[in-house]
Amino acid sequence: MTDQSALFEYLLRLGDNTLVLGHRVSEWCGHAPVLEEDIALANTALDLIGQTQMWLGLAGEVEGSGRSADDLAMHRDVWDFRNLLLVEQPNGDFGQTLMRQCLFDAFHLELLTDLTRASDDRIAAIAAKALKEVTYHLDRSSETVIGLGDGTEESHRRMQTALDLLWPYVGEMFTPDAVDLAMHAAGIAPDLTALRTRFDTRIDAILTEATLTKPDSTYAQSGGKTGFRHSEHLGHMLTQMQWLQRAYPGATW
Amino acid sequence: MKNEWPLWEVFIRGQHGLNHRHVGSLHAPDAEMAIKNARDVYTRRNEGVSIWVVEAAHITASSPSDKGPLYEPSESKVYRHPTFFDIPDEAGHM
Amino acid sequence: MYAQMVKSEATAEDPQKLAAFQARIDAGEKIEPKDWMPEGYRKTLIRQIGQHAHSEIVGQLPEGNWITRAPTLERKAILLAKVQDEAGHGLYLYCAAETLGVSRDELTEMLLDGRMKYSSIFNYPTLTWADMGAVGWLVDGAAIMNQVPLQRTSYGPYSRAMIRICKEESFHQRQGYHIMMKMAQGTPAQKKMAQDALNRFWYPSLMMFGPSDKDSVHSAQSMKWKIKMNTNDELRQKFVDQTVPQAEFLGLTVPDDTLRWNDDKGGYDFAEPDWSEFFDVIQGNGPCNTERLAARNKAWDDGAWVREGLMAHAAKKRAAKLAAE
Ligand SMILES: [Fe+2]
Ligand SMILES: [Fe+2]
Ligand SMILES: [Fe+2]
Repeated sequence: MTDQSALFEYLLRLGDNTLVLGHRVSEWCGHAPVLEEDIALANTALDLIGQTQMWLGLAGEVEGSGRSADDLAMHRDVWDFRNLLLVEQPNGDFGQTLMRQCLFDAFHLELLTDLTRASDDRIAAIAAKALKEVTYHLDRSSETVIGLGDGTEESHRRMQTALDLLWPYVGEMFTPDAVDLAMHAAGIAPDLTALRTRFDTRIDAILTEATLTKPDSTYAQSGGKTGFRHSEHLGHMLTQMQWLQRAYPGATW
Repeated sequence: MKNEWPLWEVFIRGQHGLNHRHVGSLHAPDAEMAIKNARDVYTRRNEGVSIWVVEAAHITASSPSDKGPLYEPSESKVYRHPTFFDIPDEAGHM
Repeated sequence: MYAQMVKSEATAEDPQKLAAFQARIDAGEKIEPKDWMPEGYRKTLIRQIGQHAHSEIVGQLPEGNWITRAPTLERKAILLAKVQDEAGHGLYLYCAAETLGVSRDELTEMLLDGRMKYSSIFNYPTLTWADMGAVGWLVDGAAIMNQVPLQRTSYGPYSRAMIRICKEESFHQRQGYHIMMKMAQGTPAQKKMAQDALNRFWYPSLMMFGPSDKDSVHSAQSMKWKIKMNTNDELRQKFVDQTVPQAEFLGLTVPDDTLRWNDDKGGYDFAEPDWSEFFDVIQGNGPCNTERLAARNKAWDDGAWVREGLMAHAAKKRAAKLAAE
């Protein structure tokens, strides 16, 4: 793998995570439990879409074959997506959505923190901007997870169910592969093992306050960020997201 | 209603150092969430740098800090402002 | 409009107080929550603001229908921000209504069980991407026509909510028109889509202003109270006069054979919408009434555990804090 192609892959990972999660969160629009949450979820989704434009825009630039962020979002099929399995999981109930968000935010925050020191200035700049947004995302998602975990019996039960369901997708975030290692060697990406420690510290504190029990399984699903094997959910998401571009090729909107 | 989230009044101090000004209200289960909701509801267009919330029930009326992450993001959402959309003059006032 | 056919209440109160109240309104003063007001004024406002708020909330659904299918990242972000604004508008308006002594949850339940209405327009389906253009251009355009004068309404909290709303609305119509421009200048399929959207949304948009004033019994009192600022026909005329040239600019045809410029009145003559269709929609028989209410009911019911959970947590925190003091 050349450095350039590893960089392209890595940028796809960053951009596809925010693309797919932003899309998922936007599915809530008009259907949230309370107006204030509806508006807050939309803000999160908007931040993630904005980050996608930057990451995928840069990915297209690095690739150098003239593909824009939109081309990359709308004209790749499932196997070319490089997002984590976690973010493509369906919304489920509000608790599941917020648990997914909190787990991703905690990872995302640590990742972006390190990326602000990346040897590539373009990456450092995007990370710095995204970090401000994501700091707030984690603030909000963790507070909600805590509130619901330590709320009523029902909300506690639902949050524990969500955690149990999503926990197997946590490991993938921290399991380095050739791309991660190459990027780490290039002074761009952090050491994922060290990141995991910081993530665990954060998440343990949140879960304790939320009175939730971290599953003791370390089993990790994989195949999202490498694109080797996504879940079935992603394809259905893409049929919606890409439909107009696919049905009317060559049109501008 | 039995378990309705309480109503909070929201006060925001803008960029220009003027006093906190009442901008509206919202519902939230507690003060911390009220601050966050205020940020999400009332600063989407970069309106403020400092937020106060007061539970409406605690206000007596006569007759009638997390600066960076809390406020900066909305600066990049230019599409929320009408001038972002180029509409030719021929189309008339909009 | 967003508050169509709002019945205004008769008032049987102290004539002196009523006269003083009317004098304040005539003098352009704002009525504030703790001021004396006729029961009818209060009730009419609750109904009108509530219906307006419900319209914003239900109005999220037809456009929300396309957020996950928006053709580009930028369009997705714009549409999401726009629909999010509508949620905000609903929120501001519910808060204004709450100053009149009704809670948001009470209003919500009246919407959900059908005791309160929302604008007829949101019971029409959005079938193609061009509908996102048509809704922004026509529906928000019609709404703005009504909302701008309401900034001067006599009730303070309502007026302030409208000022905030109008400030935010200004991008809604423009983004819609911008979509229409792209479509109208696009491929033949896009242009056809744009025309089709105009065909379907033209008459429902005209209906937004409510039936003709000659049939509207409640207007007079509301206009005296300055909670209705213009007659339905005035606003409809203004809307047509503004919109027809915009359609021409797009190269689209307004689906009305009778449409003619009338020099004498300085405005267009145009065909009335089918008012029996309007009443059907208001009665609950529009193409999407069932889905819209079902979606709102589902959001509310599914969200109950969240609202209760966060409330319970807040109570625990309060108790712990008290115990620590
Ligand atoms: Fe609206
Ligand atoms: Fe609105
Ligand atoms: Fe609008």
